[in-house]
Amino acid sequence: MVFMLIGSAIAIETKNMLSAVIAAGAVGFGVSLMFLFLGAPDIAITQVIVEVLSLIILIRTTTYADNRAIEHKIDSFATVTGLIFIGFLVMAAVVAFQDMTPFGEPLMRVSRRYLSGTAAETGAMNAVSGVILDYRAYDTLGETIVLFTSILGAFVIIRKRGKKAIDEHDTEHFGIIE
Amino acid sequence: MDLRELSKDESRGMTIIIKTISRLVLSFILLFGFYIVLYGHLTPGGGFAGGVILAIAYVLLILAFGGKVALSKLNNFWASIWDDLGALAFIVIGFFGITGGYFMTNFIWHGNPGELVSGGIIPLCNIAIAVKVGAAIYAIFIGLSIYGRIVTEEER
Repeated sequence: MVFMLIGSAIAIETKNMLSAVIAAGAVGFGVSLMFLFLGAPDIAITQVIVEVLSLIILIRTTTYADNRAIEHKIDSFATVTGLIFIGFLVMAAVVAFQDMTPFGEPLMRVSRRYLSGTAAETGAMNAVSGVILDYRAYDTLGETIVLFTSILGAFVIIRKRGKKAIDEHDTEHFGIIE
Repeated sequence: MDLRELSKDESRGMTIIIKTISRLVLSFILLFGFYIVLYGHLTPGGGFAGGVILAIAYVLLILAFGGKVALSKLNNFWASIWDDLGALAFIVIGFFGITGGYFMTNFIWHGNPGELVSGGIIPLCNIAIAVKVGAAIYAIFIGLSIYGRIVTEEER
């Protein structure tokens, strides 16, 4: 947990793009270790693999890109407002955490049914697969459609035909230097 | 195209060390991906993780041997087609569930828990999701890494 906090602080504060990407990757691996300790190997496997892939993609794209950090003055009003809201959030969280029950304490009726009946009702030994593809298959279908749509949108933007050469208009209005 | 001969060609891609190692490791990555997908209803894993592993095998091909080799194995057009087919297969399996009562019912015989052929539609859905996710992520990686470089070279 502390390791992840340090890693995310480095990722935000560092000037070098490559070290920021590597720090973000370290945070991701910390998250996957945490999932493993909480007893969720499915999520841990997915997290590790996606982390590796996103690290490859980020390194591949950021090493070609312009690596200058954006320098700007700190907006003091926005900082003060943000701190006030963080204070409110922490106060509300302190009140809320005192009322919370221990982790996983009241096992709900639905999840008890899932835990006891998955193998018999769906024929799948892995309870997670049984839940996401049998009890909650409609949910997974929606998730797949969301992924399909987002990748369609991303592909429309980054495909070869969609790219045009940088002209003078861009350099004047958006400050792109090439 | 034979990867063994390509690894001796030093003109494109990375060095011969990386090419040899990735040529040896590639089949194991693919095998592990298929294992994660097919045993998704028995062991941890499933369609999404397995699909990303299969995509990572192709990403390794791009990184080690250069874009042209990977595109000759599975080009952008067929990656999109597989992406669509995976999504369609998932929905079609869902529509076949209407025969068992309602949309997305687990309509096939469930089998004995713990065997490879069990779980009804769950392994089929895992395969569909794996095809969909793997092809989509491979297509995104092509778009991000190869196209950007082609366009900048043409501009220069």
